[in-house]
Amino acid sequence: MLLSMSKGLTVVRRALVVGAALLALAGGPALAAGNQPPEPQDEFRPVGNSPAPEQIPAAPLLIGAYIVVLGGLFFYVLSLSRRLGAVQQDVQRLEGELKRRGRG
Amino acid sequence: MPKWFTPAAILCGLMFVVSPVLIARAPDESAMGMVYKIYYYHMPSAWMFLLAPLVCGFSSAMFLARDRAKDDRRAFAAAELTVLFGALTLITGPLWARRAWGTWWVWDARLTSSLVGWMIGWAYLILRRYGGPGSDKLAAGVALFGAVNVPFIYISVNYWRTIHPPTTVVPRLPVSMGVPLWFCVFAFLLLFVLLMTMRLRLEAARTRLDALYVALDE
Repeated sequence: MLLSMSKGLTVVRRALVVGAALLALAGGPALAAGNQPPEPQDEFRPVGNSPAPEQIPAAPLLIGAYIVVLGGLFFYVLSLSRRLGAVQQDVQRLEGELKRRGRG
Repeated sequence: MPKWFTPAAILCGLMFVVSPVLIARAPDESAMGMVYKIYYYHMPSAWMFLLAPLVCGFSSAMFLARDRAKDDRRAFAAAELTVLFGALTLITGPLWARRAWGTWWVWDARLTSSLVGWMIGWAYLILRRYGGPGSDKLAAGVALFGAVNVPFIYISVNYWRTIHPPTTVVPRLPVSMGVPLWFCVFAFLLLFVLLMTMRLRLEAARTRLDALYVALDE
């Protein structure tokens, strides 16, 4: 009984060791690569005569960014103007009502 | 609205019309190419995203100390601008990063602390909206954390390992890139002042409305 338990534990231990080794082989380099980002740029330089290689098309990202900023600002100004207009309208309405009550 | 508001709004509008022309004429960056030009709107948005929580935090501290409604209104207005400019920064940043870094997002100190700052702005607004009585003081406490987070966001790129460019890129920019950048910074700063003025006006009108409702009930 004890012997079979000890054998069982050895098998489990071996399985764990093999599993850990496989995990390290498969995921280790990927994890290590993921944890090491490329070096940051410490300076921006204008492009020279040779244009920079374009792996991912830049134009949609650039246009998207400008649409987001200008669109976002436009809609915020619109929302602010509407809110302000609505509240000012209410203020005028209540001021009128208060005047009427004062007269009454 | 104050007398200066309309001329300032016209000037701001003109600056936003001219800015794409200046940006289009600026050279591409040697390593990133054309996508670098997102920087001209990303960086000013990010600076306003840092300015807004500072205004919110300072006004909240004044409100907690002096209990004046004017400080509270200023804090509330700045919190909304924190969320607005934070959203613009956190959207334009990944659009730039996708091309420049090959990934939309990395969990480094700059990006994570910016996200935290943006969420603090949301927490302030949610507290004010749903917090009930006393939420103005609670939100003011939250705003202090938002302001304390700002220096951390700013210096994070200089002290922690990250692929985000450090703060030193701005003073090193050549004139051809620096002029459009500073033009955009002033355009965004003017816009920030205008939006703060409008938002403060809204808060003042709401306060007046509340007072009128009370007067009508009596």
